[in-house]
Amino acid sequence: MVATAAEPGVTATDVIRLSNVRFAWPGRRAFSLAVDSFALPAARRILLIGPSGSGKSTFLSLLCGIVAPQSGVIDILGTDITKLPASARDGFRAEHFGIIFQIFNLLPYGTVIDNVLLPLSFARNRRKRATAKGTAEAEAVRLLTRLGLEPHLARGHSAANLSVGQQQRVAAARALIGAPELIVADEPTSALDRNRQAAFLDLLFTEVAAAGATLIMVSHDESLGPRFDEVMRLDEIAVCSHGSGP
Amino acid sequence: MIVLRLALQSLRNRWLTAVLTVFAIAVSIMLLLGVEKVRVGARQSFADTISGTDLIVGARSGSIQLLLYAVFRIGNATNNITWASLQDIASRPEVAWVVPLSLGDSHRGFRVLGTTPDYFKHYRYRQSQGLTFRSGGPFADLFDAVIGADVAQALGYKVGDPIIVSHGLGAVSFVEHDDKPFRVAGILEKTGTPVDRTVHVSLEAIEAIHVDWQSGGRIPGQSVSAAEVRAMDLKPKAVTAALIGLKSRLATFRLQRAINEYREEPLSAILPGAALQELWGLVGTAETALKAVSAMVVATALLGMVTMILTTLNERRREMAILRSVGARPRTVLGLLMAEAGVLTAAGIALGIVLLYAALMLLQPYVDTVYGLHLPIEPPKPAELATLGAIAVAGCFAGLMPALRAYRLSLADGMTIRT
Repeated sequence: MVATAAEPGVTATDVIRLSNVRFAWPGRRAFSLAVDSFALPAARRILLIGPSGSGKSTFLSLLCGIVAPQSGVIDILGTDITKLPASARDGFRAEHFGIIFQIFNLLPYGTVIDNVLLPLSFARNRRKRATAKGTAEAEAVRLLTRLGLEPHLARGHSAANLSVGQQQRVAAARALIGAPELIVADEPTSALDRNRQAAFLDLLFTEVAAAGATLIMVSHDESLGPRFDEVMRLDEIAVCSHGSGP
Repeated sequence: MIVLRLALQSLRNRWLTAVLTVFAIAVSIMLLLGVEKVRVGARQSFADTISGTDLIVGARSGSIQLLLYAVFRIGNATNNITWASLQDIASRPEVAWVVPLSLGDSHRGFRVLGTTPDYFKHYRYRQSQGLTFRSGGPFADLFDAVIGADVAQALGYKVGDPIIVSHGLGAVSFVEHDDKPFRVAGILEKTGTPVDRTVHVSLEAIEAIHVDWQSGGRIPGQSVSAAEVRAMDLKPKAVTAALIGLKSRLATFRLQRAINEYREEPLSAILPGAALQELWGLVGTAETALKAVSAMVVATALLGMVTMILTTLNERRREMAILRSVGARPRTVLGLLMAEAGVLTAAGIALGIVLLYAALMLLQPYVDTVYGLHLPIEPPKPAELATLGAIAVAGCFAGLMPALRAYRLSLADGMTIRT
């Protein structure tokens, strides 16, 4: 579908580049994060090993532009998002990121379809791409089916009654719809057992590859390493200081 | 739009608390508008009670007191006017008519008014409407009575029925004028004024039933029969008050001053309209208090809504984080919560209006007959609509507090999903 490398102004090699990033949560002196230099190549599967306390969620919040660092450069797909105003960063995230959380990914009162279509409300280009071959609903159903969700669950079904495994598939479809360049998954399989983990990853890898996206998956489980193109350790990338805090 | 649909679904997911919140706001709105309806209705009822009378004269007292006992049959007179003084006033050239009123007795809880047949000619209510008879006519005989519509309905009287007047004003009286029964001579049409709850007899009849009485009790051993009393001179010695009509309204203030400065006896003359204004001035404080209380109830309902949204906020942090992750701006999150507060308030206002008019339609006949209060059923006035608009805006801003909290939480949570 969309090859990131084909877009002008984006280097073929790196989708993400961080340099001299310094961040501290406002009002929370005790915790700070520093990244001197970090780069991620495009169209690959990267596993970030991040044990708890390694500043994992802060690092992801910085990458996705939910928070802005006090100093430094965060270059995503050729755009330094630290230069963007907060609302433009939110729009940028909507267009270029698909995010899968560890658990509780869905709005339980919404239908499965509405949950999948949610990002399209905030991202015009993703909507265009999702509706290129038909309706957005049809694309959502196609993705859900490809990700192994039973067809009867895909249409009009409430998200509340899904199993954890099914929820993660819906979350993956939501991240993938409209083909964003970057898929960020924060321990998406930690709530699944071994067999389902492997099955979920297989489907996710296939779809990410089909979309030509880059997958950044964070996990504390190093045994997943061989399945990825590259394994990085967060504690080697980011220096996290807890100060005097607990 | 999906985001709005999801926001509504989120609200539907919490339908019980949402419905209760809407209901609380609705009841408060109903109270607020209802108080206003009762206030307007009460004022209208009072203002409609007397019309066409230029002056009311009574023993010296406050004008409100005189108005209340002479027209509304509320409270008691402090003193009487002598018949001589009243004749003196009646004979003045500017006076067109005088209707004397004599109060103090009752019939099964309804007040008995001694007056002259002129009363039925000159008494006016609701923009110069006169009294009309549903059946029968004015008193022809000494022991004839004319009863108001409510008296007839409550006691089931027809023309020709005998009635016994009690001394004093209690609903249950042990001192009865049972030796001199009256006959119902006429029944008046309903007026929506205290006339409906009055038994009218002639002034002479009031004299007649009291000939053998002295200071509130029968004189022992002295009993004058109904037949004997007819032969006596029944010219009243005193009356409680009188309604006065003038030939020209221009003379009103002159006559009022003349009566107030009357040398032979301390008297008061009041203009009904001016006395009513004075009454509103007095009642105004209570009205303001009532309004303040109902405004507080509305504020409480809005506070309840804020509490409801705040308590759901923690479980909705997940919702916020998901929305943020797919690209929703904090502003969107803020807007959603404010919109939720706005929708709840608007629904509450709408339901409140529906409840109010339903209650009005249901209760109007009852309130009219029992309290003589006519509650108008009419579309909300511009001032009321402005108040409702202000409440809707206040509701949205009340939502600002939980919204700002959600905004801060969603910023602080970042990419973390909290449960």
